[in-house]
Amino acid sequence: MNPTILKHAVKTAWVMIAFTIVSTLGLAIIYHSTKTPISKAEAEVRMRLFGQILPTDLYDNDLLQDAIKQPVGGDLGNRDETMIHRARLKGEPAAVILEATAPDGYSGDIKLLVAIKATGEIVGVRVLDHKETPGLGDYIDIAHSDWIKNFDAQSLEKTNDDAWFVKKDGGQFDFTTGATITPRAVIKAVHKVLKFYQAHQQAIFETASGQPLAQ
Amino acid sequence: MSEVNQEATQEAAQVAEVKAQPKVFYSEIVENGLWKQNPGLVQLLGLCPTLAMTVSLVNGFSLGVMTAVVMAASNASVAPIRQWVPTEIRIPVFILIIAALVTIIDLSMHAYLQSLHAVLGIFIPLIVTNCIVLARVEAFAAKNPVVPSALDGFMMGFGLALVLATLGGVREIIGKGTLFSGIDLVFGPSAKSMILTIIPDYHGFLLAILPPGAFIGLASLIATRNWLAQRKAAREASAPASATLIAH
Repeated sequence: MNPTILKHAVKTAWVMIAFTIVSTLGLAIIYHSTKTPISKAEAEVRMRLFGQILPTDLYDNDLLQDAIKQPVGGDLGNRDETMIHRARLKGEPAAVILEATAPDGYSGDIKLLVAIKATGEIVGVRVLDHKETPGLGDYIDIAHSDWIKNFDAQSLEKTNDDAWFVKKDGGQFDFTTGATITPRAVIKAVHKVLKFYQAHQQAIFETASGQPLAQ
Repeated sequence: MSEVNQEATQEAAQVAEVKAQPKVFYSEIVENGLWKQNPGLVQLLGLCPTLAMTVSLVNGFSLGVMTAVVMAASNASVAPIRQWVPTEIRIPVFILIIAALVTIIDLSMHAYLQSLHAVLGIFIPLIVTNCIVLARVEAFAAKNPVVPSALDGFMMGFGLALVLATLGGVREIIGKGTLFSGIDLVFGPSAKSMILTIIPDYHGFLLAILPPGAFIGLASLIATRNWLAQRKAAREASAPASATLIAH
C-alpha cells in the first residue's frame, strides 16, 4: 500500500480515537454527577404515586426500603421483577402496595398499582401504563375519568367472586359502552391481585426486606 | 520528503478555505431559520418527532426548544474544532458529538425535570436521529465560526419549535378543545390554572390527535406557508418601482 495513504489513514484513525476518548470521558462525568439526582427524582415520583393511593396517616415506615421482590409472571402477571412495598403502623402490618399487569387489554399490557389494607380491603388502584385507544379505552386512566375509583374500598368479602365482572357480563362494575375489553382486563387483574394477597398475606409481611417473596 | 510537503500543503489549503468563507449576516441567519429555510415547513427534515409529538402545544414546543438547544450546542461544539476534523471521518465525528450532547441533555432532564422527561420520553434521545441536527452541523458549523454557527443552530431549531408549537396548538384545540394542557409538567402543579378550555364540554375530535390529523395538519401549514411566500413574491414582482430585490 502507498505509504502516504497508510500514514494518512493512521492519522485519521488517531483523530477518531481522540474524539471518542474525550466524548466518553465527558459522558462518564455527567453520568456520575446525575446518578444521585436521578435516583432521588425517581424515588420522589414513586412516593408521589404511592401518596395517591395510600394516605400517609396509615403508615409510619419507609415504603421504599421495606420492600420485597416479586418474581416475573405468576398471578400478578408482571413482565419484569417488581417490588412489593409493605406499609406498617407502629410495627404492625398496615397495608401493601403491589404492581400487577393485565395482559388482555385492547392494545396490550395494562400496568396497575394496587394498595390493599392488611384486612384485604383495597385502598386504591391506579393505572401506571397502558396503550389503550385515546378517547375510548383510556378512561381507566385517572387523568381521563374517575372510573378507577370504583375499586376503592372493594374487597373479596364485599363483592363475590361471580360479581367481579362488568355489568354487561353479569357483574357489578360500571363500564362505558363501546369500550368493554379494557375495563374487563383491569377488573380481572385487580381480582387476581386480591386473591394473590389472600393466599400470600402472611409471607408478604414476614419475608425480610430485599428478599424474594417466600413461596 | 515530498509526501510531508504534500500533506502540509493540503492542510494549509483546507485551513485557508475555511478562513476564506464570506461573512454571513446575522439577520440572514435568523430569517433562514425562521422562514426561508424553516426545517419543518420548507426543508421538511425531522418529520418523525414533528408528527408524533404535536398532540399538544406544550409537548410540541418543549421538544422544539430541546432540539434548538441541542442544535446550538452541537453547532457551537463543532465550529471551533472544524479544522481538525479530517473530511473522511467528519460524519462519525459529528454524530459522536451530537449523540454525546443529547445524552447529557437527556440525563440532565431526567435528574432535574423528571415530569417533562417522562412526557417527552423516547423523543429526547431521538433528537440525535433528527436529520436537521446533522444537516446544519455539516452545512454550516463545519464551515463557519462559532458565533454564527451557534446562532444558526438555535434559529433553525427555534423555527422548528414554532412549527411544532403551532401544529401542536391547532391539534390540541381541534382534538381536545384545550390549550396549554400539560403546562403543569414544565412549571409545576401551580401552573395548572394556565390551562385554557377553548371549547367547553367538548367531546373531542379523535382524528386530530391520531397520526392522520398530524399529516393533515402539517400539510395545511406547509400549504399556508407556500401561499404566503408566493403572494409576497407576486406582490414584489408587480411593484418594480421599489428597488428591492425579488426574494425567492
